[in-house]
Amino acid sequence: MRYLAHTEADRRAMLKEIGAPSIESLFRDVPEAAQLRAPLDLPDRMTELEVDRAISALAAKNRSAATMACFLGAGAYRHHVPAAVDHLIQRGEFLTSYTPYQPEIAQGTLQSLFEFQTQVALLTEMEVANAGMYDGSTACVEAVMMANRLTRRQRVVVSGGLHPHYRETIETYGRFGGFTVVSADLDVEGRENLADLIDADTSCVVVQNPSFFGQLRDHQTLGAAARAAGALLVCVVTEAVSLGLVTPPGAMGADIVACEGQSLGNALGFGGPYVGLFATREKFLRQMPGRLVGETVDVENRRGWVLTLSTREQHIRREKATSNICTSSGLCALAFTIHLALLGEVGLARLAEINHALAVGLADRLAAVPGVEVLNNTFFNEFTVRLPLPAAPVVEALAERGILAGVPVSRLYPNRPDLAGLVVVAATETNTKAEMDHYAAALAEVL
Amino acid sequence: MDRSQGRAARPGAGATTEPGGASHRGLQLEEPLLFEQDSPGRSGVDFPAAPTAADRLGGLRRKSGVGLPGLSEPQVIRHFTRLSQKNYAIDAGLYPLGSCTMKHNPRLNEKLARLPGFAELHPLQPMSTVQGALALMDELARWLKTLTGMPAVALSPAAGAHGELCGLVAIRAALEDRGESRKRVLVPESAHGTNPATAAACGFSVESIPADARGRVDLGALRAMLGPDVAALMLTNPNTCGLFENEVVEIAKAVHDAGAFFYCDGANFNAIVGRVRPADFGIDAMHINLHKTFSTPHGGGGPGSGPVVLSAALAAFAPLPYVVHGPDGFRLVEMAEGTAKSFGRLKGFHGQMGMFVRALAYMMSHGRDGLHQAAGDAVLNANYLLARLKGHLTPAFEGPCMHEALFDDRFLKDTGVSTLDFAKAMIDYGYHPMTMYFPLVVHGALLMEPTESENRDSLDRFIAAMRELAARARAGDAAFFHEAPALAPRRRLDETRAARQPVLRWRPPTARRVAE
Repeated sequence: MRYLAHTEADRRAMLKEIGAPSIESLFRDVPEAAQLRAPLDLPDRMTELEVDRAISALAAKNRSAATMACFLGAGAYRHHVPAAVDHLIQRGEFLTSYTPYQPEIAQGTLQSLFEFQTQVALLTEMEVANAGMYDGSTACVEAVMMANRLTRRQRVVVSGGLHPHYRETIETYGRFGGFTVVSADLDVEGRENLADLIDADTSCVVVQNPSFFGQLRDHQTLGAAARAAGALLVCVVTEAVSLGLVTPPGAMGADIVACEGQSLGNALGFGGPYVGLFATREKFLRQMPGRLVGETVDVENRRGWVLTLSTREQHIRREKATSNICTSSGLCALAFTIHLALLGEVGLARLAEINHALAVGLADRLAAVPGVEVLNNTFFNEFTVRLPLPAAPVVEALAERGILAGVPVSRLYPNRPDLAGLVVVAATETNTKAEMDHYAAALAEVL
Repeated sequence: MDRSQGRAARPGAGATTEPGGASHRGLQLEEPLLFEQDSPGRSGVDFPAAPTAADRLGGLRRKSGVGLPGLSEPQVIRHFTRLSQKNYAIDAGLYPLGSCTMKHNPRLNEKLARLPGFAELHPLQPMSTVQGALALMDELARWLKTLTGMPAVALSPAAGAHGELCGLVAIRAALEDRGESRKRVLVPESAHGTNPATAAACGFSVESIPADARGRVDLGALRAMLGPDVAALMLTNPNTCGLFENEVVEIAKAVHDAGAFFYCDGANFNAIVGRVRPADFGIDAMHINLHKTFSTPHGGGGPGSGPVVLSAALAAFAPLPYVVHGPDGFRLVEMAEGTAKSFGRLKGFHGQMGMFVRALAYMMSHGRDGLHQAAGDAVLNANYLLARLKGHLTPAFEGPCMHEALFDDRFLKDTGVSTLDFAKAMIDYGYHPMTMYFPLVVHGALLMEPTESENRDSLDRFIAAMRELAARARAGDAAFFHEAPALAPRRRLDETRAARQPVLRWRPPTARRVAE
């Protein structure tokens, strides 16, 4: 077997050194009842070529977004990732190292995470950021639990514009973690008034900007209302590129920010792995979940970085930890950092402008199709349209014409027949004008 | 033993002082932060001009700049290449971190995960367009169920600790379904910190079970703690002392007789994969760290993936989504259907697909016979270390061990050298330290997991280095240990300062002066 290191002669010599008759004898502590009675019903080893063929055949059964015109968003976005990103994250020193617990020989990972934390703080306009979470949805629920700890309250108000998967994740954790989730009704047009739902038991209000339906809203007033009631404002962003153009959560008075970082550096990948961005105010630092990298010096007074404030974490605090998270999303955070390093200030601003301008162009094209209505008056690179027919079959029909036309809201809200005509549509820099013309023309044909 | 790593430590050598105050030492290059290399207006990505149109931002245009530095592509490549060279990695050498399973990461798996047919799939594409991805998830599920002997699996958990949460929430849902509100979870003293942290997050109180003199769960103590209010036992098997819980069948029976569930932490599954099915020793749930046993790269701290296998009693409560096969092919069930009692969703989308591809490629490459051999070699290698270090370091328990060898710090008694000092000295000998001070049941623990990837020569060199270090400690060379590492990119760092005056982000120098 190509990954195994021993010849049979090695094994015999080593067993002799150990004083054991066989490898099987080393398993003598396994009780009789737990020993394998019949061979496992699995195939034997395969060559690299055979595995390559078998798994490539499965990949070939998919129609990738790269082979179609892709207008899908709803929490995961197709962006162009510069070739340098994947090259760098595949360096074995990054790819095959562990969590940087030995800082003397992990400065590469530590410094890049310190840069990641700085980038996230800058993008969100928050004071501090951690070294990353699993993804946006789990960052969001960790933000909620942090707000519960900070306020010692157990009632969470969730916007009707929050991504439904995020809301469902909060509900799961709430049911078993002992907090109450008050979910506002779906808010397609960004008109809800969440301040009315805040009471003296409320720990936080969770909003998303742009919302799941693409609407932009200024949450400053809501944040003030929350704070007046002793609650916190949690802001979620699922499209990190929007932060290059749109007023960031920190400028709206957010107390905790949870973002999906996939858009920068990370492929769509059928939903994962992604990386969650998590930022907050400095005064809340000690209730933060996840790893933190801090600057310090070594015994020769040279600048260096270490994991710090780990007395919050499970390996030290056990049942009193701020989170149970251990393995996080280090390599995805690195990809994010490299992509953003390549973009820089002007690159990110330009990328965000292009995304917005293309989405404006697409919205206008679709609005011109008879029977189609664009429901947003504001948006970044994603908006919601109402079709005169149930959306799911229309989306299927357009897929046959090579267009991934958007996410039918019915896929996420199957019990809302009133929303069956809605599709959430995104445009990014990967979309061409020709694709957008084709989409509008094909939609007119299908309807 | 040559401990020069090819170059001498000569403080002060090198002409250039980089931001941060350090100088290059030969080819050990200092690298400033990205933010210290800014040239405003520069970018490493080219774009066409943005089409002009009136914006639809509703007045919410960002008012101030972000503050990101501008670098060209070559600068960025050089920056991260230099940073990478400051890391130790499995690709570079033996990485004996006990309980972490730092084994070889095959590059075929990287190639396959990047096929556009997987990497360029949107999670919410019509299901008719992702049949191959769903088939792959189904096939991975089949392998995991067969290898563990369990009837069901939940693929969505993002990592081991997330899998623990999945298992405990399923247990809690099953208890509620029975009309019971059991509140206690029992966890051995030797458990990973994630176990008590997860139990607490699920609203359980956590109680610690003592270990016996053999490094196993004290069955008598466990029996005395079990009662009608115990929800679950969380037990790692093989345990974190590197030992198989030889009374595990009795443990499972005692737990089940008390009406509780047996959650197994599968962090150490690599020792037994293909040889022992956890179902056969009575578990109800177990997470599998795909980044350990099935070799998806650790990536400097993730991403991982933590599928959870479940017994028939828990399967109905498994999270959404899951894959089913019907007349029209594969389908993801994303909402609770009919009689399903799913506890709901644990995260966005469907799980760590990129890790699923890698793990399945690993399993298919090994096959049934190769996994059996890999587990055997992992155990052989750990026992070889134990046997050949026995007279030099002090084993914590009688062997044989499973896939990791545990030592305590008795061999360092009266030397003035601590486990930490010993670990840091290993760096100067060219090795990443083992896991230390864990498990907590052993004083000054040194937990070594060589994995099946290491050949005999590699183990012999490591053994020689460990023996030499132990001899040096006994010979009274404590100063060498206290000053180690001397040859790494950094020497010991001031962790107290980092925690007392946290600097968690870069700020421009002027802002720094104001803050001070």
